[in-house]
This record gives sequence, structure tokens and C-alpha cells, in this order.
Amino acid sequence: MSGILASMIDGLLIGSVYGLAAMGLSLIWGVMDVINLTHGAMIALGMFGMYLLFGASAANPYLLLIPVIAAGFFLGIIVYWLSVSWVIDRPQLMSLLSTFAVNMMVIGIGTAIWSTSPYNVNFSLPGITVGAYTFTGNHIAAAVSAVVIALLLELFLYRTRAGKAIRAVADNRDAAELMGISSTRVLMVAFAIGIALAAASGALVSTLFPFTILSGAGYQLKSFVVTVLAGLGKPFGALVAGVLLGLLEGAVSPFIAVSWIPLIEFGLFVVVLILFPRGIFGRANA
Amino acid sequence: MMLRRPLFWMILVLAAVFAWLPQHGNNVALREDLILVAVAIILTSNLNLMIGYTGYVNFGHIVFYGLGGYVGLYLMTVRSWHLIPAALTAGVAVSLLALLFGLGILRLRGAYFALATIGVLEAVQAFVSNFESWGRSTGMYVSFESYAPLGGPKHALWSTYFLVIAVMALSLILSLGIRRSKFGLGLFAIREDEDAAIVLGVNATLYKAIIYSVSAFLPAVAGALMFFKNGMIDPSIAFEYMLSLEGIVMLMLGGQGTVAGSALGAGLYERLRSYLLTSPRLSAFHLVIAGALLLLVIRLAPGGLIGWLYRLAPRSREVIE
Amino acid sequence: MNDLLQVRGISKRFGGLQAVSDVSFNLGEGEILGLIGPNGAGKTTLFNLVNGVFKSDAGTIAFWGKDITGRSPDQVVHLGLARTHQIVRPLSGMSVLENVIVGACFGREKQSMREARTTALEVLERVGLADRANSSARALTLAGKKRLEVARALAARPKLLLLDEVLAGLNPTEIGQMISLILSIRDGGVSVFMIEHVMQAIMNLSDRIVVLNLGRKIAEAPPAEVVKNADVVEAYLGFPDIVDKLRGAQ
Repeated sequence: MSGILASMIDGLLIGSVYGLAAMGLSLIWGVMDVINLTHGAMIALGMFGMYLLFGASAANPYLLLIPVIAAGFFLGIIVYWLSVSWVIDRPQLMSLLSTFAVNMMVIGIGTAIWSTSPYNVNFSLPGITVGAYTFTGNHIAAAVSAVVIALLLELFLYRTRAGKAIRAVADNRDAAELMGISSTRVLMVAFAIGIALAAASGALVSTLFPFTILSGAGYQLKSFVVTVLAGLGKPFGALVAGVLLGLLEGAVSPFIAVSWIPLIEFGLFVVVLILFPRGIFGRANA
Repeated sequence: MMLRRPLFWMILVLAAVFAWLPQHGNNVALREDLILVAVAIILTSNLNLMIGYTGYVNFGHIVFYGLGGYVGLYLMTVRSWHLIPAALTAGVAVSLLALLFGLGILRLRGAYFALATIGVLEAVQAFVSNFESWGRSTGMYVSFESYAPLGGPKHALWSTYFLVIAVMALSLILSLGIRRSKFGLGLFAIREDEDAAIVLGVNATLYKAIIYSVSAFLPAVAGALMFFKNGMIDPSIAFEYMLSLEGIVMLMLGGQGTVAGSALGAGLYERLRSYLLTSPRLSAFHLVIAGALLLLVIRLAPGGLIGWLYRLAPRSREVIE
Repeated sequence: MNDLLQVRGISKRFGGLQAVSDVSFNLGEGEILGLIGPNGAGKTTLFNLVNGVFKSDAGTIAFWGKDITGRSPDQVVHLGLARTHQIVRPLSGMSVLENVIVGACFGREKQSMREARTTALEVLERVGLADRANSSARALTLAGKKRLEVARALAARPKLLLLDEVLAGLNPTEIGQMISLILSIRDGGVSVFMIEHVMQAIMNLSDRIVVLNLGRKIAEAPPAEVVKNADVVEAYLGFPDIVDKLRGAQ
């Protein structure tokens, strides 16, 4: 197996975590046309959440995902009422600025507590070796976890009443209300799920790489790239696009210094938006 | 006709006060305090042109300041240019670069544009960190000799101070001039409803490109002046994302869209920030407080302090607008 | 009568939908040309093609002797073609007067701020909004906002005014006032091209009418003939009110 192929497979694995993160962003964006600038901070909180829980319990991190997701959900409800509930029908720029303000506050508190030093979750699963290359166990487990969560989300959105209510509100809020769906509650729940997904992706990332309170920003950028590639409101599409992004990174990283990658991603983001205002696969709120 | 606006004279008075106060008692500490306020006003009032006038949120505004610093310092240290031509050239160069970037990202509307400006900031920072001629991540520093044409470091610091005050006055006057002009009216129309503005005859593409470029000029000049004064520049201090964010807080606090608001918000916040950064307990909470302030302003008083003033005393609009 | 507007073979497709298909017609100077058709016929899309919001997939548009095919809306206004929107788009954060000043500043004459102010006050007087000049545009009633749309377009000193359902949502009194305004606009030398669903009004106002159905032109004739046109009646079948109104307008 060549080095590039191994790198790409690894990228594919990590990409599923990107996809998970993007799902959270895409869900919120698609359902309520809010660009959630707390996304990066929530990912970072997920990282620290896993760190704290693992430190306190030494339990299997993949099981600890469950409390992290739950905590993310409740955090999402708080953030919703703090900065989103009242900008729903205002110009999009308002939600941009208000979620941005919350982001500043969270990063500020996080920096005060944890400073900007790197942290680690010391947990390793045995890897799988193919020829000269070993795929880290954590990477594989993270990818599996991401896919499982994504499937659960799909099931939720398409097979449960609550999920259908969310999709109805995303499609046409007024019509949904006429059908008796409480859009306020639905929006709140959708937002909270979006945050929970962000936290989950952060928790998974914490098992892969060292992180700081500022690490969320890089994943936020990746989430934006993935979301515009996939188009809004298509969670599974976000997972696929995330994997593609991971593949791309894997293909490119043996040749380019790591610091250029965010730049390439930014360039991709701008180019895709200019050429495909509706996302490559579907609708974007242009 | 601008001479008839009270605000024009108030700006001149402000600049005069800034210029006179510290040099009166040779008060260097005060000068250092005031120069920070002046820079905040420069950044905020030019940011206002994009956010307040045109309705396009620029998260990466600080990039003009940093780039201006780099171009200026390069011209002064490597090419041995004198301060003033270097600063002016930095302004022009960065405006042209802004025009180039603008052609790409100004096609994006609203939030997408805002996100793209972050990318521009990061792209420039990454590029500069790897750029050989500009010292890569170490940056550049000003050697002693560069201060000689200005009469030595002490004199140079004073001269730079007065130049910065002049740029501050120019920024505010520029804001005022645009606000009352036909060009400004076009910008406001774009802010209200870009598509309707186009149908009404506003060449939105051109106007946005112009204002983005114009909003880069004076911050770039200020950057050249300030980094010369500070004696050094490197990618982390040139492109401090935090300063960009604070610019937005200052603008919203003072009252976006108004000239007085950008000055007021910058001045007040700058004082708050200095206090926070020097207080041992609170400095870690600097970012938290900034965020909380922004959230409060957006929720309670989206028009900022000046907007609030206009509501309390509508006649004040005639004086300070 | 000279032809002010000559539209030849314009079309527009959106994905799978052919919104406008090979439409041609003329509009003469001093004329009020009506545009009617069932919902979804492509009327607003046609307007958007004429004033440059959309680029036509084919064909040409000539206005006042110049080829305006493919020009952007802001260029078209400078040549003398202004329009109003079906769903009103006031510049909400600005006053009524400022809204109209924008129209004058960026219209055909590209007036200075001072000239624009004079023009704006004149136009507001004409449409009956002079007393609301300093109100916020947001505060107007629907009828007021519709008049503001017209005022803004008039301030651009157009030669041709495109009115998109300017009567929709108005009560009978307001409709009467708007009709008088439209007639006075034409009498002032501005030609009018108007989309309207209020049949009685458009039948009485228009010199000629273009009928669109499913993106195609199915008739172009004076109102009296259009009403008798079998294709037109068929297009509207299923809307008995409309048929009665057509009969009533003979």
C-alpha cells in the first residue's frame, strides 16, 4: 500500500468526524437559517467535556460520548435562549453577531479556566496494521462512532415524530405551524441537537489529537467548507462531504505543510460559494 | 458644505485636544494612552464604512492594519524610505490589494461575505508567516538608524503621534463626508436592500469594491505608522484576530452607521480594555466581557449609545450627524 | 406611434421549468400596455427579463433605440426604464423622502443630492405622500408603500415605467387613486407597461394588452379584442369570476 493511499484512508476516517461536526452546523443552518458562530466553541467544549469525564471516570471514551451528547444538548438549549431565540426572524447578520458574541464569551471563560495549553485524552485502542502501515485504533473507532451517530440522526429525522416535525419546520415554518407544530419548541430542539453533534465531534477529536480551547476554530472552518459543499439541511450529505474533505486532506498532506491546509480549505469555501450558491448537492440559502 | 456641519468642527477640536494635551506637559504616558484610543477610532470608523454604511460585516478588518505595517516597515527598513512616503505607499498598496480581494469575495452576500473575510485574514497571515522577504514568522524590526531622519527616537515618537492623530481626524472626516454624499446614499441603499438598490440604479458591484478598498487605506497608513513607532512587527501581532473582533464590539457599542458612534464606542471600549488588561483579576475575562457587551448591545440597544441618544433627544441628530 | 420597447424572442428557463418561451411584442410611445395571464404564466419573469434582473436565454430587447439585451438593472434605469415590485421593497431604514431621493440620484438624470431632493419633493406631492416625507418608510400602510414604489420609480425620470401588480391589496378607494395616478403618469409623457390582476382596472386603463399563458404569448391586442379571444378565455377557464369580468368590461 502506498503512503498516499494510507494517508487518504486515514483522512477518510478522520473525515467522518468532520462530517459529524458539519452535520450540527448544517442542521441548524438548514432548519432556522441561523449561522451558528458558537460552533467552534461548542466543539472545543466537547473536547474538554470528554477530557473531564475521562479524567474523572477512566471509562471507555466511546461510552462517555453519551453524557457528552446529553450535556451538549442542554448547553444548546441555554445558548438558544441566550442568543438565538430572538434573532430567528431578524436579518441573518443579527444571528451572526449574537452567536459570535456568545462564542467570545465561551472562549473567554474557557481560556480563563484552561488557558491555551494543550490537553490530551490518554486513551489508545490497538490499531490495525496493513503491510507497512498501521491505522490507529482511535481513528477507526472515531469514524465508526461518527457514522453510528449520523445513522441515529437520520433515523431520528425520518422515523420519529419529533424528527419529522423538525423537517417540516425546516421546509416551511408557517405551514408547519398551521399543522399544529410548535415551531419555537422545534427550533429549540433542532438547535440543541446541532450543538450536541458539535460537542460529540469535539469529544471524538479529543481522542485523536492534542487540543486547546482554540482548536475548535479550525474544525469550524472545516464544518463551513463541508456544509457549503453538501448544501444545507442534508445531514447525511454533510457526512459524505466531510469524508470527501478528509480524503482530500489525506491526499494533499504528504506534500504540503500543515499550516497551508486551512488556507486551501478557505479557498475551497470561497470558490464553492461563488460557483455553487446552492451547494454542490443541494439547496443553500443564498 | 461640510464646513457647515458642527460635527466637522467637533472632529477638529477632538484632534486638537489629542495633539495638545500630552505635549503640553511632555506627558509620555498620556500620549501612549491616547495613541491607542486614536488607533481604535481609526479602525472603528473605517470599519463603520463597511458594516454601518454598506451592511457588510467585515470580521477580518485588522488585516489592513497589519499589512500596512508590513509594507511600511519593509519600505522603511529594507528600502530605507522616509516614514511619510512609506506610510502613504503602504496605504495605497493595501487598498489596491483590498480591491483585488474584494473582487473575489464581494460577490458573496451577508454572512458568507463575513465568513470569507475571516478567511482573508487567515490567508494573509499564513502567507506573511512564510514570506522570506518579510522575515517569515520572526518578522521585521526597526533599526536605530531608521529613526535618525526624524531627529532620533524621542522626536520620532512624537512626530508619529501627531501623524496618527492626523489620520484619526481624516478617518472621521472621511466618514462624515461619505455619509452625506450621494455615494454614501448608494451605500445605505445597498445596506437596506441590495437588489432593490440595483433596480433603482445603484451600481452595487462598483460601490462595494470602492468602499472595501477605501476602508483599507487609512488603517493601512495607521499600521505603517504604529508598527514603526513600536519598532517591530511579526505575524502574530500584526494580525491579531482579537483586535478585529473588538473593532466590531466598539462599533456596535458606539452605534454602527454613525460617525460619532464609531469614535465614542472606540474611545469608551479602549479605556475599558486598558483597565481590564492591567487588572490582574480581570484580564483573563477580557474576551468574556467583550462578548457579553456585544450581546447586551445587540439585544437591548442595536443602535448603540448614539442610537439611544437619538431616541432620547432626536434633535441631537442635527448636531452630530 | 414610435416603438419605445421592442422585445423579440426572449426566453428563460429555470432548471426544468420554461418560465418564458419565445415572447415578442412591442410597446409604443405614450401607450399603456397591459400584461395579464393566469398565475404562474411568467409575467413577473418577463418583467425581470426586460429590466435586466434576469438575463434572457435568447432573443433581443431594444429600448428607445438602444439594444439593452443583457444589461444589468442599474444600467437599464440610467437609460430610462424604471420598475416597481410586486412585493413592495421599501428601503425600510430610511425615510420616505430619502427613498425617493435614491430614485432620483441614481435614475436617468443621475441628479446631485440637492437636485434629487427637489425632484423627490415634487414626486411625493404628485403621488400624495408629501405629508409623509419624513416618516420612516417602514411605517407606511401597504397603499402608502405601493405609492412609494411608484414615487421612487418616477423620481428616476423614466421614459417607460414597469408596474408590477401595483393595485394588489388595495381597497376600492385606493385603487381609484392609483388609477388616476397611472393616467396622469401617461399624460406626463411616461409610457406604462403594467401587470395586473384587477381585470376591470387593466381593461379600462390599457390601450393594448399582452396575454401570457405558461410562458407563451397567446394574444396581443386592444382590450375589446382580447376579451373575445378564445385562447384567452380558455386560459382563464376555471376562474368564472375572471370570465364574467372580461364580459363586463366590453
